[in-house]
Amino acid sequence: MENVIEIQHLSKSFGANEVLKDINFSVKKGEVVCIIGSSGSGKSTLLRCINLLERPSGGKILYNGENILDEKHDIFKYRTKLGMVFQQFNLFENHNALSNCVVGQMKVLGRSREEAEEVALKFLKVVGMEQYINARPKQLSGGQKQRVAIARALSMEPDVMLFDEPTSALDPEMVGEVLKVMKELAQSGLTMLIVTHEMGFAKEVSDRVVFMDKGVIAEEGPPEQIFNNPKEERTREFLKRVLNQM
Amino acid sequence: MTYEWLVRIITNYWPMFIRGAGVTLLISIIGTIIGAIIGLLIGVIRTIPMPERGPKRVFLKFVNFLLSAYIEFFRGTPMIVQAMVIFYGSALVFNVYMDRILAAIFIVSINTGAYMAEIVRGGIISIDKGQFEAAQAIGMNHPQTMLNVVLPQVIRNILPATGNEFVINIKDTSVLNVISVTELFFQTKSIAGNNYRYFEAFFVASIIYFVMTFTVTRILRYIERRLDGPDSYIMIDNQMQVERPEDALRKKGQN
Repeated sequence: MENVIEIQHLSKSFGANEVLKDINFSVKKGEVVCIIGSSGSGKSTLLRCINLLERPSGGKILYNGENILDEKHDIFKYRTKLGMVFQQFNLFENHNALSNCVVGQMKVLGRSREEAEEVALKFLKVVGMEQYINARPKQLSGGQKQRVAIARALSMEPDVMLFDEPTSALDPEMVGEVLKVMKELAQSGLTMLIVTHEMGFAKEVSDRVVFMDKGVIAEEGPPEQIFNNPKEERTREFLKRVLNQM
Repeated sequence: MTYEWLVRIITNYWPMFIRGAGVTLLISIIGTIIGAIIGLLIGVIRTIPMPERGPKRVFLKFVNFLLSAYIEFFRGTPMIVQAMVIFYGSALVFNVYMDRILAAIFIVSINTGAYMAEIVRGGIISIDKGQFEAAQAIGMNHPQTMLNVVLPQVIRNILPATGNEFVINIKDTSVLNVISVTELFFQTKSIAGNNYRYFEAFFVASIIYFVMTFTVTRILRYIERRLDGPDSYIMIDNQMQVERPEDALRKKGQN
C-alpha cells in the first residue's frame, strides 16, 4: 500500500527548545496509527506540523509523494485533505451544529448549500448528533461537542483524519461516546492518525503504535509488540507508569 | 415666566429642534456605521499573520505603520480641532469647499474609525486561538476565517463598545457647530439667541439628546439579545427520521 503521508527528517524548535528531532515515519492508506508518549514528548506538535498549524523548522512532509513544505504548494488545498479534531473541540461558536459542518464545505470546497447539508447530515448521523443540528456549541456537553467536531472534519471528506488528544478534555463518563465513534470510523477503513492517552483504545483499534519520547520516535510497531513486548526500555517504563495509574 | 417660555419655545420652534435632531442623528448614524466599517477593515488588516520574510512582509509592515499613525493621530487630537483643520484647511489651502454635512460625516467617521479600530483589534484578540486554528485546519484562508468565523463573534462582542461610540457621537456632533453644521446644538443656540432664553432652549435640547441616546441604547440591547439567539434549542426528532442517511445517499446518487 502507498504512503499517504511520509515524514522525513522533520524537526521543530520553539526558540532554543528543540521539540522534534529528526522524525521519520509514514502513514499508509487505510491505516490507523496511534501516537503515545508522555506530556511534552512532542506528539501534538508532530500532529500540528503535519497540517502546518506549526511550521516545521526542517525536513520534509510528503503528501502522496509531493513535498507540501515547498513554497509554491497550495497549503489551503492540502489542509482540506486532512481532517483535524482538537483537544478543545474548537467548534465555531457563532454557528450551530449543522452550520459548523456546512460552512467549510460551502466556503472552501464551493459546494452548494443543499449538497453541503446533505453531506453534513450524513456525518452527523454517523456520530449520532443528528438530533442536535439546531444546537449552538455552548449548549452542548463536551462529548457532544467533540462528536460534532468529528462530523465537521469528516464533512470535508478528507483523506486522513488527525486526532489531537480528542478525549483529554472530556469528563470521564463522556470519553466512551467519543471513543465509540472513533472505533467505528477506524473499522470503516478511514486513514487515522491519533494522538492519545487512552492506552486501551490504542491497543484495540490501531494497526501500528508509535511511542514518542523527548522529541524522537523511540519505538514503533504493531500494538501487540508495543503493549505486550516492548523492545525499548523507555517504552516499558512509560507503559508501566501509565498503566499503573489506571 | 419660565414655564410659559418653555411652551412658547417648543410651539414656535419645534420644526427647528426636529431638523437639528435629524441632522444630529444623520451624522452620528452614518458616522458610526462608516467608522465601524473602517474599524473592522483595519482590525482585519492589522491581524494578518506576518510573513517571516520577503517583500510581502515589508509591505505589511508599512501598511501597519500607516494605520497606527492614523489611529494615534485621530485618537490623540480633539474632534473640534480636527473639524477646524479639515474644513477650513481644505477650503483655504486646497480650495476644496466641502458641503458642511458631508464634512461633518467625514470627520465623525474617521474619528470613530480610529477608536473602532482599537475596539475591533481587542475583539479579535479576545477570540480563542482555537477558532482560528479550526478554521485554518479545514482550509480557510485569512479573509475566509475572518468573515465566516471570527468577525461574527467579534461583532457580537464589540456591540456594547460600539453602542458607546454611537452615544458619544450623538453628543459630540455638537462640537461641529464650529463649522456651522445645523445640528441640534447649533439650532438650539440660534433659538436661544433669538429670544435670549438660554435655559429654556437648552433644556429642551437636553431632553431631545437624552431621548436619542436612550433610544439608541435600548435598540442596541435588543440587537444584542437577538444575536445571542434563543437560550434553548429544538431537538430534531420526526423530521429527521423521515430522511434517513440512506435516503440522502440515494438522492445524491440520482443527481
